[in-house]
Parts: sequence; structure tokens; C-alpha cells
Amino acid sequence: MAQKKMGKQTLQFSSAPVITSAAAVVGPKEGQGPLGDKYDMVCDDTYLGEKTWENAEQKMMQYSMELALEKRGLLPADLDFYLAGDLLNQIISANYTARFLNAPFLGLYGACSTMAEGLCLAGILLEGGFGERIGVSVSSHHDTAERQFRYPTELGAQRPMTAQWTVTGGGSCVLERIGTGVKLTHATIGKIKDMGVSNSNDLGSAMAPAALDTIKTHLEDLGRKVDDYDLIITGDLGIFGHTLLKELMQKEGYPVERLSDCGVLIYDPNQDTHSGGSGCGCSAVVLAAHLMEKLHKGEYQRIFFVGTGALLSPISVFQGETIPCIAHGVVLEAPSNE
Amino acid sequence: MDKQAIRERIKEREALIAQNFVLAEQEMTRLQQELQKEHQKVLYWEAKAKGAEKEHFNGLRLEIERQQKRLALPEQIVYQSTALRLAPKQTVVKNVVMAFLVGGTICLAGQVILNIFLQNGLAEKEAGAATSALLVFLGAFLTGLGYYDELGKVAGAGSIVPITGFANSIVSSAMEFKREGFVYGVGARLFTVAGPVIVYGTLVSILVGLIYFFINRANFTLL
Repeated sequence: MAQKKMGKQTLQFSSAPVITSAAAVVGPKEGQGPLGDKYDMVCDDTYLGEKTWENAEQKMMQYSMELALEKRGLLPADLDFYLAGDLLNQIISANYTARFLNAPFLGLYGACSTMAEGLCLAGILLEGGFGERIGVSVSSHHDTAERQFRYPTELGAQRPMTAQWTVTGGGSCVLERIGTGVKLTHATIGKIKDMGVSNSNDLGSAMAPAALDTIKTHLEDLGRKVDDYDLIITGDLGIFGHTLLKELMQKEGYPVERLSDCGVLIYDPNQDTHSGGSGCGCSAVVLAAHLMEKLHKGEYQRIFFVGTGALLSPISVFQGETIPCIAHGVVLEAPSNE
Repeated sequence: MDKQAIRERIKEREALIAQNFVLAEQEMTRLQQELQKEHQKVLYWEAKAKGAEKEHFNGLRLEIERQQKRLALPEQIVYQSTALRLAPKQTVVKNVVMAFLVGGTICLAGQVILNIFLQNGLAEKEAGAATSALLVFLGAFLTGLGYYDELGKVAGAGSIVPITGFANSIVSSAMEFKREGFVYGVGARLFTVAGPVIVYGTLVSILVGLIYFFINRANFTLL
């Protein structure tokens, strides 16, 4: 009998591992957004002095991890494990960052849910006593994602109103078994939901059902209500997907006032992103810069952070397949005042 | 640790890195970790700094990154030389002979076809074009039946260089990418392999044409 599993899909971390440090590195567009002054580092351009955007993305991930470590006064050698992922083929940003850090590495792919997936796994490893400290990083880059998933970056194509803007940025967290910081108390591992959406320019509506499923299952598993949380925040449903999720939640009889989305928060409506932000980096930088601050200040006591991922590939899109989507959630609680 | 200390340490390390071939493994690891630590620190300062100060830290960080790269190098060279020593040998002689035989046979077939066309009353230019067309058809046909890749495995350049190889490169792409549909699949990726040949073939033919043109003109004016 599994002792640490509650209900169908939720894990309980009774030792409550803590996120002791987090950092976010973003590109210029994100820096101009509403959360601009909260990031640890805002880059002047999208190249970071590198020759390719792929290299730039990798550097963003690496810098975010280094900054998170430095804030906590740790070195890469102090990490028992490093969990990381990104959107590029064969998760190259994560692989090269792990090469730099030289820490035992597990590569993750959960598309834009990777930060939440990493936090779930880090929680499991720490709760199981397999390590003391774990680093989790993710990154995404608007231009690398465009060239891999859609069109050449300079192509004069018109983006539909449902399209979201991939966030250029890297976010990292350092989790420790013992320490003071934001507590990780539960994780809900999501199931794939595929409602038959096959339009890669409309990921928000593809992912909303997955988010709903995970939120619903989580609340049922723990016997909690929406009001038990100060905030339930999804990763990157964007403006359209967020509206859809609210509609779906309302239909199920849940209140929706405490629902939010990182993809909605990250850009200003007049930044011309159409439906808001997306990408691994989206939820990660909002978590590392914005949500962590709010939790530390005590403005939020308990939040449910739901990373949402659209697990498509350029090939599956061209072959006419529908988009399988997933959402993983973690419960984060404000540091206790001792 | 402050920036002055780091600056001095970079200088001291230069000498160490210069003789990194003789450094013990432990020493290498220590240096690597030291560099990592400094990189992290300088990055942290850089992220907080503004304007000229930021530029300054950026320069310092690039110095550290350069040393990191140099330090990693000798280890790689030693390993690669070991790997090279143990790598399985390429069967060059066999490959060359097979390429010659298969390539020669394809060309012989072409010559036979050409002669048949000539004998049956086609003019030389027309016979040449008809031969090319027939060879391209044969290459494409054998690709479609799944035989050309088997031939290529043995023949290497022998089946790539002749015009049948060109047909193979286009038909195989078409077959492969049909799975992604006719627009984004076949349409977009038909020339994935043949594209460079067409682009640079055209470019070189223009260059050669220009050279030919100017040499002819030079001869003309000299005469």
C-alpha cells in the first residue's frame, strides 16, 4: 500500500522539502513586461553575445541556475541531482547546461510543464532521502522555438489571434531536504488529455482540459476546496486558454476568482503577443521571480502551481495528429516564521 | 572574494593553464571548480550592476569563460587520440574498387543506351537527352522499388555520382516526406538532399561560364 499517495494522483511530501533559492533570466521583451523589475537578470538582446539563439537559450538556463546557486551560497558541486528540460529537439539546452554544471543529471521533457514536472520529481527524490540538494532548470526562447516548431523567424507570416508568444528566458530553483524557504507539500502528477485539437497555433485551448483535469483530481484527492488556496495558477494557457479554463471550471461548479495564468501575467496586453506567453520559460520565470516573492512576503500562504504542456512535435503536427496535453501541479506554501 | 582578487587569480591561472598537459587530474578538477565558482560570482554581480560597471563584469566573465574552455581542451585531445587509435578502419580500398565497378557499369549502360538511340536515327544532342531521361527514370524506378539504397550500400560514390544518384536523392526524399503531407512534406522537403547540388551546381556553372567567356574574349583581343 502506497503510504505517500493520496487519492488517485497526488503525492504527499510529509518532510516538506523547501525551495531555498530561485532565479530567472529573461530576454528584453519579458523585461519590458509587467514583471520586468522582478527578474534577476534581463538581457539586452536575444543573442546574449552568442552566435546562435540555441546557444543563447542554453546560456540563459545556465545563468539562471548559477544565479540561484549564488544567491544561496552554493556551488554546482553541492547538487546531488540536476533536473532540467527545454523545448528543443533532444533537450539540448538542458544537456549543455548539465555539461557545464557537471552534476548528476536527469533530462526531462514535459514541454511547458517541465518546471512543474521537475519540482514533482525533485520532491520525490528529496522525500525519499536520495539527496540533500537538487537543482531544477528549464528554458525556452522565442526564436529557437519558432524555427523548430513553426516558420523561419523572419518570414512575414501573420500570427492568428490564438497564437502565444514563446517566452525567452530561463528559470531555476534549488530545492533542499532541510532548510527554510517555500515549502513543497504536495504534487499531483497529470494524465494526458487530448480533446482533438490539432492546431499548433492554438495551444491554449488544447491544454485547458488537461489543466482542469489535474486541478479537479488534486482537489478531490486531498478533499480540498478552491478556497483552500490563495491562488491556483496555470503555466501557459494564455489569455484564450485561461478564459476557456475559467468557463470549464465554472461549469463544474468551482469558483474562478482565484484562478490565474503565468502566460497572462508575463506580458502587457499592448505588447502584441496576441494570446499571451507560452513555453517552458513562461511558468518558470513567473514562479522564480513573481510567485516566490509573493510567497516569501506572505501575500500568498498556499498556492497550487500547475504547469501545462502541449506535447506535440513538428512532425506530429504535419502528420495531422492531435495534440496530447498534460498538466502537473505542485502545492507551494509560504515559509513558516520561526 | 572580490573582483580584484578574481582578476589576480585569472592572471595566476594563465600560467597553470598553459602547462595543463602536465597537470594532475586532481589539480584540473580543482581549477575547474574554482572557475565555476568565480563565473557564478561574477555573473551575480553583473546581473545586479548597470552601465559601465556591467560592461566591466561582462569582460571579466568572458575571461573566465575563455579559461574554462582552454582547461577542458587537453583532456579531450588525449581522449580523442585514444579513440582514434582504436577506431575501426574504413575499408577504403574495397570501397574505391566497388565504386569504380558499379559507377563504371552505370556509365557503360548509359553508353549502350546512347548508342542504341543513335543507331535508331536520333541526332546526337537528342540521343544524349533521351539517355539522361531514361537513366533518371531507371534511378527513380529502382528507388521506388527499394533497390537503389541496397545498391548504394555497396557502391558508395559509384551510385551517387551518376545521374541515377541524383534521381535517387529526389525520389527518396519525396517518398520519405510524403508522410507529412504534400505541402509541408513533399513540397517543402523534396530537395532536402538534391537542393545543395542544384544551388551550387548552378552557381559553379555560371562561374565557369564567366571564366570561359572572358578567356575567349582575351584570346579574341590578343588575336
